[in-house]
Amino acid sequence: MAKSIVIIGAGQAATQAANSLRQYGFNGKITMLGDEGIAPYQRPPLSKAYLMGEIEIARLKFRDDDQWERDGIDMRPNAGVANIDRAAKMVVTKSGEKIAYDNLIIATGSRVRKISCENSELKGIHYLRTLAQSDALKADLDKAKSIAIIGAGYIGLEVAAIARKKGLSVTVIELAPRVLARVATPIISQYFENLHASHGVNIMTNCALKAFGGKDKVQRVLLEDGREIAADVVLVGIGIVPNCEIAIDAGIICTNGIDVDENAGTNDANIYACGDCTNRQLELYGIRMRLESVHNAIEQAKLAAAHIMGAEPPKLDTPWFWSDQYDVKLQIAGLSNGATQHIVRGNIADNKFAVFHLNDDNRILAVDAINSPGEFLIGKKLVMGSAKIAPHIISNLDISIKELAALAVE
Amino acid sequence: MVQITFIENNGTVHVVEATNGGTVMEAATKHNVPGIDADCGGACACATCHVFVDDAWMGKINPMGTMEESMLDFAEGVKPNSRLSCQIIVNEDLDGLVVTIPASQF
Repeated sequence: MAKSIVIIGAGQAATQAANSLRQYGFNGKITMLGDEGIAPYQRPPLSKAYLMGEIEIARLKFRDDDQWERDGIDMRPNAGVANIDRAAKMVVTKSGEKIAYDNLIIATGSRVRKISCENSELKGIHYLRTLAQSDALKADLDKAKSIAIIGAGYIGLEVAAIARKKGLSVTVIELAPRVLARVATPIISQYFENLHASHGVNIMTNCALKAFGGKDKVQRVLLEDGREIAADVVLVGIGIVPNCEIAIDAGIICTNGIDVDENAGTNDANIYACGDCTNRQLELYGIRMRLESVHNAIEQAKLAAAHIMGAEPPKLDTPWFWSDQYDVKLQIAGLSNGATQHIVRGNIADNKFAVFHLNDDNRILAVDAINSPGEFLIGKKLVMGSAKIAPHIISNLDISIKELAALAVE
Repeated sequence: MVQITFIENNGTVHVVEATNGGTVMEAATKHNVPGIDADCGGACACATCHVFVDDAWMGKINPMGTMEESMLDFAEGVKPNSRLSCQIIVNEDLDGLVVTIPASQF
């Protein structure tokens, strides 16, 4: 039985791993090594309620600062890791400290993808991943009259909504032909384009960024087609990169993230990995991929903790995601890649509808729910059960969502 | 500080301190109470912080919003005293609150 477990990272997955180890009865030493200078906190509100100033940092923290010690977790927020010495089963911090482990959990998360173009280092150009980045963006938003957002993914659109609420003029610049192109289907993309347009956001798709302009700080965005967008502040949200360099250096197999098995184990029997930094097999879809979500961080952390403790693994859930923009809650259950039929249930104009994504055999692969929690929760179960249902039943509102669930064939 | 008691479905009792203005869910997660995963961190998006509120306290907690009501309508094992703990705001009047965690969350 392990006596000392080291967790590299201090985010959602790292925190869940520590919590689950204790819940599964681990009484030994847990050391968490973070490098953000702050105890673990939730990231999702950084682009939502926290950026709006509606909640304080104390409420984002997973524990009160003194609670870590009381739970016997050695939480070190200033302990960046230099390397893993697998032969000696030791982690070496950047300050040279060596910490021995029986089991190691790598939960290093991800970092923002940076843009590289003329003047991309100007002041006023922001990224959003950490609390410090959210604080810096918030400070600039509160002084600015206009913002240009590069990238129409979740981060870009959530910040667009907050910036409009704060009264800024907002331009969103996206390379792809539609917003949320990487994560959502065309019906949902169109809905969010209309939603943002109705709130006064200028959405520019099919637009390539060329450079930034400005003297001491950013003042404008220059596009490849020659147009210029004036902006007091810029947010770049063009995706994330898994933090797996220390794993690669230690000879842990990585292909676009750390390769993990169904127990969140790596190719080293003593080392596990969970969260954004990993690449996992999703049996439900028969694919291996990186999932960038809270659900994934929590689920893999539980899998790792259960396997270390020899406990029964937790039941797997459908991958799921959510986003809050204005008064709209988007909840997505499952992955729609490979779907050939996209069936709308409800009326899009009512801001309350769901899209069921089916394959040729009417199997439900994913459900996108807009202000429709019932469709989301029922959809999540149907997706997990690989349920099949006829499109005309899905779109028939005379059949309640509960009745619909009963009509599905597993 | 306000004291809240969480009872697991196997009877294990956790008595924790909660912060005024915070939520009952936060009190659970900050003290690693099993069965309250709160995947969405309080955004009313996941229904993984479902609790049964002790009957004596039902009249003292803030009423349900429409989102919570809809989420609960589809959660597992819902009873008349079901709530999502991320939507119950802690105040002094809730000192001594007792909630039970449903079996489906373990």
